[in-house]
Amino acid sequence: MTESADVRRLTLPAMGLVVLVGVSGSGKSTFARRHFRATEIVSSDFCRGLVADDENDQSATTDAFDVLHYIVGTRLRRGLLTVVDATSVQPPARAALVRLAKSHDVLVDAIVLDVPESLAHERNEQRPDRDFGRHVVARQARDLRKSMRRLTKEGFRRVHVLRGSDEIDHVEIARERPWNDRSDVHGPFDIIGDVHGCASELRTLLVELGWTLAYDDGLAVGASHPEGRQAVFVGDLVDRGPDTPGVLRLVMGMVEAGTALCVSGNHEAKLVRALRGAQVKVAHGLAESLAQLADEPEDFRDRALTFMDGLISHFVLDGGRLVVAHAGLKESYHGRSSGRVRAFALYGDTTGETDDYGLPVRYPWAQEYRGEAMVVYGHTPVPAAEWVNNTICLDTGVVFGGSLTALRYPERELVAVEAEQEWYEPVRPLVPVDDRAATVLRIDDVAGTRWLETTHAGKVKIPEENAAAALEVMSRFAVDPRWLVYLPPTMSPVATSRLEGYLEHPEQAFEEYASWGVTRVVCEEKHMGSRAIAIIARDAGTAARRFGITDGSTGVVHTRTGRPFFADTAPLVERLRDTAAPLFASLDTDWLALDCELLPWSAKATGLITSQYASVGAAARHVLPEVVDVLDRAAARGLDVASLREASMRRLDHAVAFRDAYAAYVRPTDGLDGVTLAPFQVLAVEGRVPALTESHEWHLAELARLGGDLITPTRHRFVELSSPEERAAATEWWLDLTAAGGEGMVVKPAHLTEGRVQPGIKVRGREYLRIIYGPDYTDSLDVLRQRHLGKKRQLALREHGLGLEALTAFVGHAPLWKVHQSVFAVLALESEPVDPRL
Amino acid sequence: MRGIGQTRAVLLTVTTTHRPATDLGHLLHKHPDRVQEFGQSFGTVTVLYPEATEERCTAALVLSVDPVRLARSRARNAPDFSLSQYVNDRSYAASSLLGVAMADVFSTARSGTCRSRQELADSAIPLEIGLPVIPCRGGADIARRVFEPLGWTVDAEPIPLDEGFPEWGDSRYVRLRLTGVVRLADALNQLHVLLPVLDESKHYWQGVDEVDKLLRSGDGWLATHPDAALIARRYLGRRGQLTRTALARLAELGDEVEEEVEPAAEEEVRQPEDARVPLNTQRHDTVLAVLGELGARSVIDLGCGPGQLLDRLVEQADVTRVAGTDVSTRSLQHAARRLRLDRMGERQAERITLFQSALTYEDDRFAGYDAAVLMEVVEHVDPPRLEALERVVFGAASPGAVVVTTPNADYNPLYADLVGLRHPDHRFEWSRQEFADWSDRVAATFGYRVERRGIGDHDDALGQPTQMAIFTRTEDDDD
Repeated sequence: MTESADVRRLTLPAMGLVVLVGVSGSGKSTFARRHFRATEIVSSDFCRGLVADDENDQSATTDAFDVLHYIVGTRLRRGLLTVVDATSVQPPARAALVRLAKSHDVLVDAIVLDVPESLAHERNEQRPDRDFGRHVVARQARDLRKSMRRLTKEGFRRVHVLRGSDEIDHVEIARERPWNDRSDVHGPFDIIGDVHGCASELRTLLVELGWTLAYDDGLAVGASHPEGRQAVFVGDLVDRGPDTPGVLRLVMGMVEAGTALCVSGNHEAKLVRALRGAQVKVAHGLAESLAQLADEPEDFRDRALTFMDGLISHFVLDGGRLVVAHAGLKESYHGRSSGRVRAFALYGDTTGETDDYGLPVRYPWAQEYRGEAMVVYGHTPVPAAEWVNNTICLDTGVVFGGSLTALRYPERELVAVEAEQEWYEPVRPLVPVDDRAATVLRIDDVAGTRWLETTHAGKVKIPEENAAAALEVMSRFAVDPRWLVYLPPTMSPVATSRLEGYLEHPEQAFEEYASWGVTRVVCEEKHMGSRAIAIIARDAGTAARRFGITDGSTGVVHTRTGRPFFADTAPLVERLRDTAAPLFASLDTDWLALDCELLPWSAKATGLITSQYASVGAAARHVLPEVVDVLDRAAARGLDVASLREASMRRLDHAVAFRDAYAAYVRPTDGLDGVTLAPFQVLAVEGRVPALTESHEWHLAELARLGGDLITPTRHRFVELSSPEERAAATEWWLDLTAAGGEGMVVKPAHLTEGRVQPGIKVRGREYLRIIYGPDYTDSLDVLRQRHLGKKRQLALREHGLGLEALTAFVGHAPLWKVHQSVFAVLALESEPVDPRL
Repeated sequence: MRGIGQTRAVLLTVTTTHRPATDLGHLLHKHPDRVQEFGQSFGTVTVLYPEATEERCTAALVLSVDPVRLARSRARNAPDFSLSQYVNDRSYAASSLLGVAMADVFSTARSGTCRSRQELADSAIPLEIGLPVIPCRGGADIARRVFEPLGWTVDAEPIPLDEGFPEWGDSRYVRLRLTGVVRLADALNQLHVLLPVLDESKHYWQGVDEVDKLLRSGDGWLATHPDAALIARRYLGRRGQLTRTALARLAELGDEVEEEVEPAAEEEVRQPEDARVPLNTQRHDTVLAVLGELGARSVIDLGCGPGQLLDRLVEQADVTRVAGTDVSTRSLQHAARRLRLDRMGERQAERITLFQSALTYEDDRFAGYDAAVLMEVVEHVDPPRLEALERVVFGAASPGAVVVTTPNADYNPLYADLVGLRHPDHRFEWSRQEFADWSDRVAATFGYRVERRGIGDHDDALGQPTQMAIFTRTEDDDD
């Protein structure tokens, strides 16, 4: 097709539904193929084939359309342009499609292909699979003719009629973005809450935000920002306040100059109707606007009316990361167009009921909001702007004597100026955002099979059955999810050593890291205790402000499954806060998240030690001497039992060594007496995630500031991997450490690394491994060496990525569900079946 | 020959003082002057005689377990779950492995046939069985209860866990010596059944055929044993489930013992059975009666556990829709089995929904019921998390009525021997005043009226063991 003058341009919605209308043989399929991607076209013939193996089986029509509607509905829900290729000559068929489009809040266009009946018949004749008679096409043509008159009243945004094959063949399709799609505008923005005619406060706020106002004849008529920022008004510029015309003049100037965007509020919508002369109830401050506008010249009124009438109800901005609507907008409505989307954006999710003050009751949509995009809105006056699930209401009731608030985006900073006075008496007192609303978790946040997108570990799958186990442990035993901002990842052991007598040895760790491009590592003593995550707030106020915990507690120390240590964790928190005072100062923070080991092991694990380890030791140490005795007596009778006796003696030695190995980690404790913490990483503090941004050298240096009875320092040494001497010395160090009863060491990169490098690998001591692999494991090394680390390492990387995701989200003030989702995922992955000895 | 990893031992000795004692070799079909080895799937069994004289003859069965092979002999696709699977006492303590080994190595002797000494095989002879280390959950007392009725003199001596830590007390092992005049075949069959009974071990998969095995081995003596029920229960043990083993893994990670994370299947476990069962039944009766009074046609049991109440609810003709939910998938499996969901007719099954959920997470599936039951549930929730439960149940799901039952702590002094709370998983138990305060606050916050009653024996001063609050939504008053 060439660009000729008689090419007709059809404008279709870029996201929405296109219904082709035409008799069999009118060329719908050919037309669709020419102008749309194959995946965008859903044809009734195709669906008939799917359900009946025969594209012309008319008895399958009902089922075929069920399938067609399902496919179309799914595509529309996902925001894809969809073209329906069916005759659609009868009104009920079209009505069903229009309903489907409306139910997904998208626009729907019709394209009618109107060809002479004879041509259609001729085409059908040439197709062997279409053996229906001439009467079928005749009937369809009759239906189409009857439809033509009323087609425009069926709910289509536009009806494009193409008459004759020539017109059909000379068409160009233009896809039109919805008006609310301004994702190409990236800001930075200053988003401003409900102004309600408070022109003076608006000017003060703009100046406070760094804007330069432009005046004409003493009136503010525009504003620009030296850094090129753009203002976004959330609507309700008008009514109630002292100077609605002043506000309109300034905002219209800014919008016309392109320095501001503005969505419509419900007050603009009503004022437009009032100015148009519609019968509206003059209440809620409308009278003030009408009176003030009456004093303005007529051309100003006309301009204001045109401006307000042209306001659309919401904007999708900054690549879809920001949505602004007057009363907020739930995720499924973002970028959509329909009456109910507009109603939601203007009035909120009203339930139809009214409260004691006669004001509409609104459904708390923000509480359930789980979208990626930040939603900024106004409409409901609140004492202070507060985040709820990545949404924020900026209406701080300036006209009622509150303040006028702006949000700097993407900085997430709030800037507010106080009202000069109470301009209008509120009908009801301002109620704060339900402070618990932001902390409500939903079962859909965690249950079922999920894929989580992470920055450091890619997309991570959480299988349903793992989530089920995690749900049980999380909900029955874990600390309050508001405290639970992190769970530690699993750690892989070093690649298996081939060295005589060893399953694990430092040399492999050095080799592995060197092969991953790491030049310097740190070897940290691995404390044999219980992994502990400590979250410490400076005081109850910090706990309330930063964690939303208002029961007076100021921190928590929990296990790697999120359970609190000790029935009352408060005394430990108190002591750690005192001990950690130097960190609060050096890191300039009012809360800390520390990764630690709690010692001794027996403080938490006595039950496990006695039921599992000591039992094995007791059984072994009691039975083996008896076996030796039996064998001695048998030998005395002249029986040959020498090899069995020798083996039994060795087993007895192993059993004693096994007992000594666990006993080394048992120390008497009484409550907190005797308990120490060995912190080895600063996970996160206010505004920073050192776990992500700092090297282990930094962490150890920071933590070296801590001293006192509570702290067990983490012995460590750095190793240049290019130096054989340093490697050998570190191995010696490890041998000494483990010979003295130490568990072993963890080797980590000393510098930040790129790509998928294990964040740490453990090298456990020969005797310690008896606890893990059994007393006699040293006799079975050749079998045990056939262990597979792949899955463990994959889990270690994924859980590490999820942990960083959780910390980053928490530090970045993400909604609780988002933090919780990642933390929960770590716990779920930890229930994954992988060799527990690794 | 000693293979790799065959480095651990279990020991059983059988001694007789029957004259000539060396006839024991005939009865066991094992020559006293030979050292014989038998391969088993999990290791090697060696039979040898440390003494063999006219007066006294002892056969010793030494089981050398290969722990590596033992771990691998599980079904190929049975995943590696918990460490306890590897570091365990199976290699040292007489248990079901010994039972299996013995059954195999002494199979002829167990059958009671002996071509050369049939008369002896049919006679009771003086026997002494030695088991230096045998796991015996419940202590020496259980060993006596199990063996004494069969004519044995039982000498059971507890073994300390670790001499270095006397505060840990005794291990679950005893040193067991049985003496008596018993037919050898009977003795061997009894050991075959009763060793695993003492162990009550969980590691051993109990298939359906285990029941038949038990009946075969117990032929002639089990049916008349005064503790036959205890023996059957312990022998058949518990069945493992995928979710439970996943839980076991999480328990170990947190340095916990697996039992600590198991769901609370029964309330008041610290009470003797004769006090516990009637209260349980009364509670169910009362809750059902209250639901009847409320005229609830659809009911959701929040925290349904193994489904005891659901089982009763589905029998109520006027209840058209029943849902049960619990955080424990294992409990839900029990509930499904109790309700025979898989064998239920389509129409009947449509009335019932079972699903996993947690009461601190908002859940749309909770909504739309006339009544919700929180029977002995709130006390399993940590106090700081109750607020979330209130919002989820009363705020979001907002059923027409909520029936809550929970222990009355005031009543606890009337329970003899009760130390602490009635169930190890209880996070608190409320006095009547505390329960009244809580229920009044919840009712006021979420728009409910509340009425309180008691369940169980009444004490003038301390009230009833269980307290109940019936919440009804106030806006329904207008209807």
